[in-house]
Amino acid sequence: MKAAATPLKKKKKQSGVWLTLLPLYLFTLVFVAGPLVYMFVLSFQTRAEVWGVVNQFTLDNYKNIFQPVYLNTFVESFKLALTSTLLICAIGYPFGYFMAKLPAQWKKRVMLLLMIPFWTSSLIRLYGWIIIFRANGTLDKLLMGLGLTDGPLKLLYTYPAVVVGMVYALLQFMILAVYSSAEKMDWSLVEAARDLGATPLKAFLTVTLKLTLPGLLSGVILTFIPSMGLFFIADILGGNKVVLVGSLIQDQLMKAHNWPFAAALSVVLMILTSLMISLYKRVTHTTELEGIL
Amino acid sequence: MGETILELQNIAKHFGDTDVLNGISISISKGEFITLLGPSGCGKTTTLRIIAGLETPDEGRVILNGQDVTDSEPNKRDVNTVFQNYALFPHMTVAANIGYSLKLKKRPKDEIKKAVDDALALVQLSGYGKRMPAELSGGQRQRVAIARAVVNRPSVLLLDEPLGALDLQLRRQMQLELKALQKQLGITFIYITHDQEEALNMSDRIAVMKDGRFEQLGTPAEVYDSPRTSYVARFVGTANVLTGTVEAVEGDVLKVACAGGCAGALRRGYSFTPGAPITLAVRSEHVEFTKDPAACGIAAVIREKTFAGGMLRIALELSDGTTLIASRHGIDMDVQTGDAVRVTWAPASAVPVDVEAEEAK
Repeated sequence: MKAAATPLKKKKKQSGVWLTLLPLYLFTLVFVAGPLVYMFVLSFQTRAEVWGVVNQFTLDNYKNIFQPVYLNTFVESFKLALTSTLLICAIGYPFGYFMAKLPAQWKKRVMLLLMIPFWTSSLIRLYGWIIIFRANGTLDKLLMGLGLTDGPLKLLYTYPAVVVGMVYALLQFMILAVYSSAEKMDWSLVEAARDLGATPLKAFLTVTLKLTLPGLLSGVILTFIPSMGLFFIADILGGNKVVLVGSLIQDQLMKAHNWPFAAALSVVLMILTSLMISLYKRVTHTTELEGIL
Repeated sequence: MGETILELQNIAKHFGDTDVLNGISISISKGEFITLLGPSGCGKTTTLRIIAGLETPDEGRVILNGQDVTDSEPNKRDVNTVFQNYALFPHMTVAANIGYSLKLKKRPKDEIKKAVDDALALVQLSGYGKRMPAELSGGQRQRVAIARAVVNRPSVLLLDEPLGALDLQLRRQMQLELKALQKQLGITFIYITHDQEEALNMSDRIAVMKDGRFEQLGTPAEVYDSPRTSYVARFVGTANVLTGTVEAVEGDVLKVACAGGCAGALRRGYSFTPGAPITLAVRSEHVEFTKDPAACGIAAVIREKTFAGGMLRIALELSDGTTLIASRHGIDMDVQTGDAVRVTWAPASAVPVDVEAEEAK
């Protein structure tokens, strides 16, 4: 594989395609690199007395993060993201896997059903959950009507409500990531495994799971990282009880007007995110190169 | 032949409204090389999948080593398959692919390593164990697929058009190697192909399949020299097929009247009465012709002369429009397109076919 890849790369370099790529580089420079550099610089500046920033170098913003209050926010965010991601894996993996095995016609229909919710603003859909979760709301009425509970459960503004909101908002990403890798699966490989003596479970673990792992892991990336920062879900469904890194950044920026601190928090969040992506690269890379022996 | 290792009893399989298999039966001996020969859609792959356990028949039984395995899982059967697309695990090395079945059996590591090395040596790929399947050529992947399937020494090895994706030269070479490998291992091979030359070259017996049935089951010589139906005659070795009426029966020799003359054929155990319709199959290399108008035989006109692959092919058109092909070695023939000739053949080289079918009508 390596031998085949190198001549291709050389060809690309020689043919001077960089000219056609120039607009892309410019766009990235202005809209991606520019703001990032600004944010990075901002995180080392000092907050002004009333409004804005003073151009004075300081590490205080980063030191502040280690205050128990803020550190705890990171830990809580991480826990919530982990819980949501695990739930999303548990629901999304089987969903994407079986979706890939559907007849072509049904695949299209299911795909459409997955897409329809996206046509409505996510904020509005979130308010739908309020109606379901609030005291004497849809869920309470249903459970009480069935005689399963005596009084309202008061689910709104609780931790479980936030988790449900996260799972709901991010599930599609996992389903689509798993689906796209399961779709590419050559199912005759599973038959080959069965033919060579594997039970259905063993064939799944040694072949199907390994080959859909890139999809599962990219699904994890696509859900874990946003769930650290989707502050509006925590705000709307969790009240003030659940504070995420995302909420913290938003508060520091919009309410406390402490831009340098918000920038420092963002930088740390970005570093954590990049670490996860590099971890993903390493994991998928190794599964590609190492067999079971 | 030796002891029976695999028996199919009246296997039938339907997918929806389509009858894929219509009751096929065969008994296969230990160490035999059986080829299922037929065009695509004739049910040969389904037959193989039923033997492997990847498909369950609607009717009939599969008996392997004296045990009814019709409803047992593929992993419980002492049968391995070389898949048409090889189906090598792309995320495992060559060695891991070959050792997969042994690892499932929880064999000790050094034993697996030795078995894998032996299997690699068997298919002449020693030293390729650490490669990934994507780094191999088509022919090499083919060998790995074979090594992976034989490392367990199954009772029966199933091969689904294993050489289909290879170029002609490599295919010829692999035919010889596969045959040698089969002799060496003594494993029963059930081989699928649509290539009649491949079937004739390699097999102990050939089952010619059509529409989910065995049209004929016999040795390559039987299938080639004594086709039972016009379908077999055409599919194996492309014979000429023509129809006529039995004029006279003289002992074993039949006198047959065709459009534009008469020809001879042997009875071959069938009984005919004068006046009965008959279909004959004649191999192109047995078709003779002469420009002498007085000679007995069938009147024909030469329509085409082509030279390909060291053989001269002459297309002869009979008065009823039937085209016969005559083939000769060498390039020199004293005939031109448009010449009127008379066609003959030795009675022994004409085979009556479709006899049961004729009677059924």
